[in-house]
Amino acid sequence: MSAPSENMPIAVTAPHTKPLLLRHLPYFIGAAVVVTLAATMQFDGYIHNILMQAVTFAIAVFGLSVVLGLCGQINLAQAAFFGLGAYAVGIGTSDYHISYWLCLAGGCVIALMAGALLGMSTLRLGGHYLAMVTISFQQIVTLVMINTIWLTHGPDGVSNIGRPALFQSAQAYLAFCVAMLAIVGYVVWHLSDTHLGRAMRAVRDNELAAGVVGIDVFRTKVSAFALSAVLGGLAGGLFAGGFAYVSPDQFSFAESVVFLTMSLLGGVASPIGSAIGTGLLILIPEWLRFLKSVPGLYLALYGLSVILIIRYMPDGIWGFVNIATERWRAKARVRAAGPALHLAPASVGGAMVLEVKGLAKYFGGLKAVDDVDIEVRRGGVHALIGPNGSGKTTTLNVLSGLYKATAGRVVLDGTDVTDMPPHQRAAAGLGRTFQNIRLFRSMTALENVMIGAERPGNKLIGKGGEDALNERAMSALTFVGLGSRANELISSFSYGHQRLIEIARALAANPTLLLLDEPAAGLNSSEKLALHELLKRIAAQGLTILIIDHDMTLVSEAAQHITVLNFGRRIADGESMAVLRHPDVVSAYLGTE
Amino acid sequence: MDLALQLLFTGIGIGAVYALVALGFVLIFRATNVVNFAQGEFSMVAAYLMVVFAVDLGWPYWLSFLLALAGMALLGAIFNLGVYYPLRHRTFLPVIIATIGASILLANSVLAIYGPQPQVLEGWFETPGIQLGPVYLDSQYLLIIAVTMILVVFNYWFFEHTMLGKKLQATSQDKEMASLLGISVSTMIMITFIYSAVLGGLAGILVAPILFVSIQMGSTIALKAFAATIIGGFGDVAGAIIGGLALGIIETFGAAYISVPYKDGFAFLVLVLFLVFRPQGIFGERVAEKA
Repeated sequence: MSAPSENMPIAVTAPHTKPLLLRHLPYFIGAAVVVTLAATMQFDGYIHNILMQAVTFAIAVFGLSVVLGLCGQINLAQAAFFGLGAYAVGIGTSDYHISYWLCLAGGCVIALMAGALLGMSTLRLGGHYLAMVTISFQQIVTLVMINTIWLTHGPDGVSNIGRPALFQSAQAYLAFCVAMLAIVGYVVWHLSDTHLGRAMRAVRDNELAAGVVGIDVFRTKVSAFALSAVLGGLAGGLFAGGFAYVSPDQFSFAESVVFLTMSLLGGVASPIGSAIGTGLLILIPEWLRFLKSVPGLYLALYGLSVILIIRYMPDGIWGFVNIATERWRAKARVRAAGPALHLAPASVGGAMVLEVKGLAKYFGGLKAVDDVDIEVRRGGVHALIGPNGSGKTTTLNVLSGLYKATAGRVVLDGTDVTDMPPHQRAAAGLGRTFQNIRLFRSMTALENVMIGAERPGNKLIGKGGEDALNERAMSALTFVGLGSRANELISSFSYGHQRLIEIARALAANPTLLLLDEPAAGLNSSEKLALHELLKRIAAQGLTILIIDHDMTLVSEAAQHITVLNFGRRIADGESMAVLRHPDVVSAYLGTE
Repeated sequence: MDLALQLLFTGIGIGAVYALVALGFVLIFRATNVVNFAQGEFSMVAAYLMVVFAVDLGWPYWLSFLLALAGMALLGAIFNLGVYYPLRHRTFLPVIIATIGASILLANSVLAIYGPQPQVLEGWFETPGIQLGPVYLDSQYLLIIAVTMILVVFNYWFFEHTMLGKKLQATSQDKEMASLLGISVSTMIMITFIYSAVLGGLAGILVAPILFVSIQMGSTIALKAFAATIIGGFGDVAGAIIGGLALGIIETFGAAYISVPYKDGFAFLVLVLFLVFRPQGIFGERVAEKA
């Protein structure tokens, strides 16, 4: 999968961007001040405990903001992961006298492994499964904590939990935890603008599209889930050291629900929201202590708040604040347009970019595509046409790996991609657009196209640094005429412009072959003319296009070569004008007397 | 051998309860494409209603039973209006989270009202059971098995042979088309929620004399029922029933021969095995999303 290393020097680091650490300096200064305060201010025991709890819980809730906020996957076992970390530190330091640091690291590793295994067994399936499996896992962990008495002391819990020598005093330990919080917070805050973070957001917004732009959807989901589990484990380890005592009821399903409510209340999408939610849900119960006299009342209120938040404030408090203050904040600067878009399609194989032999796709007894051969010559535009239901879109879906072929072989530029999942085909040089537009809707146009540019195997982005991606994405957006609107959200674009952004996303990846699925559908006549113009400009750079469309004017003018399908079979293939006059094609479209 | 036969009988009895709750899951899933995580709480609430009517107020068992089911119908309607319906145009994640919220709300409201002490509910019959050769047939288990069988037949007749059943099926298969044909989709969804709540409630009332009536019974039953739907094949009615019975038997044998404290863990183990090796379940088919 990895691109062959090229010794091409990466041209420019744009002069206007300061190094990342320097730009984020205010954050670190702020964090240092808070850590110093935690280390020097005198708190009474009660306040100290509340702070300790808030700090460790916030780290666990950051985990939820990664898996639920960034990646859109649910985790109802955060308290179990929290408990794994806590018990590792508890049992390790108290019963076996192992060093605190080893125990903390061990707890993180256990949580990581548990999270990764759980994710790997479930994340290929839909979200319902994950919800149920995480609840089940949560129950199992609680069962084990209560019943394996030789190891966990059962319901009595573990006491006399140790702390590292360096942070023996409660005050020093709190300062250490605050420092950890600051570091984790920074990582989570920064994560959303990294390669992995963008991949997570893409998966959350549209899994199918994420796959075809080259993101390994499954691995991304497992990463998010494992990262969330590890943060839970870390938080639990810190918690155990802080309170010196842990017992199974602190890590029950009810606590997982508390974590979830904290995350939703503050705003699941951002670590700031997580911190707000955690703080509020730790402080409010302290203010309203009298409610605690009735068992269950608190959790009942939490349940009710979950329903109300989901219904009336889906982005949480922080999301609400963000929307309310949007018009006072400075608009993000439109970036300078990049250099003219340069396409350099790879050419490893022979004269044919795509060779499809005997391709078939059956759905039960229905032969949607049956024994179809297609050869797409390098350079130029090749059209795949046919009446409705003839199997065009199915063919495209098999080509891009969304459907598994029943039979046949697909060779892309000399590489057999028949058995590859979508993201590997993208890495091999396949780009595509969708008939019903599939963009990442919560992101800006620029971010969408950047994700395209990040395709593994794209040689035009150097090492794939932020600036190179930015530049490439701006070039692609400018190429389709939308460079000046790069920082707008997808929802503010018209249907026709969304089409263009999808094409830009595919072009930024510098594909070897571009599949366009009915790009003219739903466009008005002037937009169609512009599309035709765009196709010409793309073809002029030597990129091969395989296009499906119903618009015969567009197809006959743009394509040099046409393949015709009917009832899943190929009925004609050849040079455009000849094919369109072919009697079988005419009768397929117009019927026979 | 005798023990095995006895366990088989018990397993089928417990499995029948899981099957009923699983059926409720599947019906709602088919109508709304959403898994209702509060399905188990329907069983728990119904069992507590029985305790209130039959034990606390001392009303006749049959009257309490009818009132409890009526209460469940009402709860199903409120649940639909308060939790599902406002979110019907959102993606599945918010809806799932809302049903989880509802589950917590229901369980803990009952806890706040009734306290943590588990309650006892008598069975329907005076006679505790009959001895049939080596196997002792507990009357409550016999009742559960009989009611489940009747409901399975009723369900088949209702969905295949009544107009209302066909309208419900049409709604679950294609909401837009159904509404174009003049079927009121919101009414159909309402009926589905009411019916599922009653089914879940029935399961809770039937199983209550075997277990204690407790706050946790809802989530325990829901987990088993969900595992049952996966084993059978998600969204498949026959699969839910077979899966429920299979799980009841596995669990009973597991508890007898392997470990009692981890009885509730077997469901999870079977669930994970199925997810890894046969995620489409016994009857299910893999369906790919359309691009």
